Amino acid sequence: MEYTFKRLTLLCGHYGSGKTNVAVNLAMRLRQQYEKVALADLDIVNPYFRAEDSRKELAAAGIDLICSAYANSNVDLPALPQELYRLTDDRSLHAVLDIGGDDRGALALGRIAPAILEENDYDMLMVINRFRPLTPDAESTVEIMREIEQAAGMRFTGLVNDSNLGRETTAETVLSSLAYGEEVAALSGLPLKLTACAQPLYPSLEGRIKNLLPLDLQSTF
Amino acid sequence: MADKVLMKGNEAIAEAAIMAGCRHYFGYPITPQTEIAAYMAKRMPKIGGTFLQAESEIAAINMVYGASAAGVRAMTSSSSPGISLKSEGISYIAGSDLPAVIVNAQRGGPGLGGIQPSQSDYFQATRGGGHGDYHMIVLTPASVQEMAELTIHAFDLADEYRMPVMILADGTIGQMMEPVSFDFDIKPAPEKPWATVGTGMKRPHNVVNSLYLNPAELEQNNFDRFKRYEIIAEKETMYEEFMTDDADIVLAAFGIAARVSRNAVLAARKEGIKAGLIRPITVWPFPKAPFAKAADHCSSIISVELSMGQMIEDVKLACECRVPVTLCNRVGGMIPTPNQILDAIRAAAKGGK
Repeated sequence: MEYTFKRLTLLCGHYGSGKTNVAVNLAMRLRQQYEKVALADLDIVNPYFRAEDSRKELAAAGIDLICSAYANSNVDLPALPQELYRLTDDRSLHAVLDIGGDDRGALALGRIAPAILEENDYDMLMVINRFRPLTPDAESTVEIMREIEQAAGMRFTGLVNDSNLGRETTAETVLSSLAYGEEVAALSGLPLKLTACAQPLYPSLEGRIKNLLPLDLQSTF
Repeated sequence: MADKVLMKGNEAIAEAAIMAGCRHYFGYPITPQTEIAAYMAKRMPKIGGTFLQAESEIAAINMVYGASAAGVRAMTSSSSPGISLKSEGISYIAGSDLPAVIVNAQRGGPGLGGIQPSQSDYFQATRGGGHGDYHMIVLTPASVQEMAELTIHAFDLADEYRMPVMILADGTIGQMMEPVSFDFDIKPAPEKPWATVGTGMKRPHNVVNSLYLNPAELEQNNFDRFKRYEIIAEKETMYEEFMTDDADIVLAAFGIAARVSRNAVLAARKEGIKAGLIRPITVWPFPKAPFAKAADHCSSIISVELSMGQMIEDVKLACECRVPVTLCNRVGGMIPTPNQILDAIRAAAKGGK
């Protein structure tokens, strides 16, 4: 995989597209290149399935987890962490930002978008999955993309194709989604920066897909 | 759409409802079922349907009442505390003999409880929930695929028997993601000559009502409705049996508890214990026959529930207390592990409790 990190990497997308798994894995990669790395969970939509699930793994890797005290606490309260401002104030920090789903989730960016735009050292990536019911093709995906951009007050800079069918994902599943990734890229005018697959599928797909990102999936149970 | 799509259980319900011809959804947000409303909000405007976020659960269920009286397929959804609020309206819908589909993605209770999964609304769902003598047909999906299948079935049953049908799910199956196939044959909705759609000056007015001032008339209305319930019990009871033929220890579990129980049955079989599982898919009407049959050859039954023991009463009635029935449970949002259930199976196999 070839990917040049900017100081901030923002991950947005339709909810259930796999943003949090991609975010955790990108943070691990980022940590291999930089000392001071954080993963920020800015999800204000979903009280379940949070980066907080990987707290131990992140701590072991020396990655700061910036998240609301209420993440995964069952307090169903949309809240942003007070450490949010570290992301824009401390420019020696490299970070991955995991933003909540859809336009509603992207509203969380509103407060810090001006500072991110002013510094201009960021990528804002849209995570896409053609097997999600509301994003089966390029048109519907770009429609949600525009809604997110409007809510965030920022434009995307690239795409991550994370098309998957959960536990039923095979190498064939990933290969069958490549055309979709290209179509979304063509229609949106954005570069397809990464294509993701679960780690066990990586050996059979390596070399067949450009910029393939293997994912260690967060533990479910 | 691709052959299969990756969906949350809540989304599967919403998409299946749309496939079944539902164009009127009225809801009010509550975790863990809000994805149903969010999905409807995105889809309904694109297909000429109505998504309406009501000012409360009570308003939403009464909008379902009105839409259903006008002959269209209508649905609402909520989670435990919200279903309590809807119960008055559900009673009116039952009393007016109207079809409706109501989804309950149960969470821990009582009171405001918590946002983690539960099955402790079993009594409320199977005994009616609101006031008066009535029942809902209650369907209990155990996978995201079944969330879709049973939703379509729910609309058919509601129209056929003119009564409310509940999808009794839980927070786990609502939130979990699994691949789903939507390759369904959709039956057209039946004619509804009783609907209040205007007389066209060609027939007397249709009246939809649950008020009967003449007690003899109200009594007859109740008798008639319960005759219909007998037909439903005979024709519409659904269940699944897993390794019960030679089972010595039989588990009873529905929904998410059945998924965990299935693993425990397999683990017990590996240890040489003949375990099996009866999974009710309708919990009203309750599948009495497989339990009566199991009581002929098993030594005990374990009811596995995410409640303090609610379905266990129906299990005891169904097997007429011919074998001991014990409870294996977690509550408050906790889920039993396969090992907890396996321990209960081991204890039962030794003749303990």
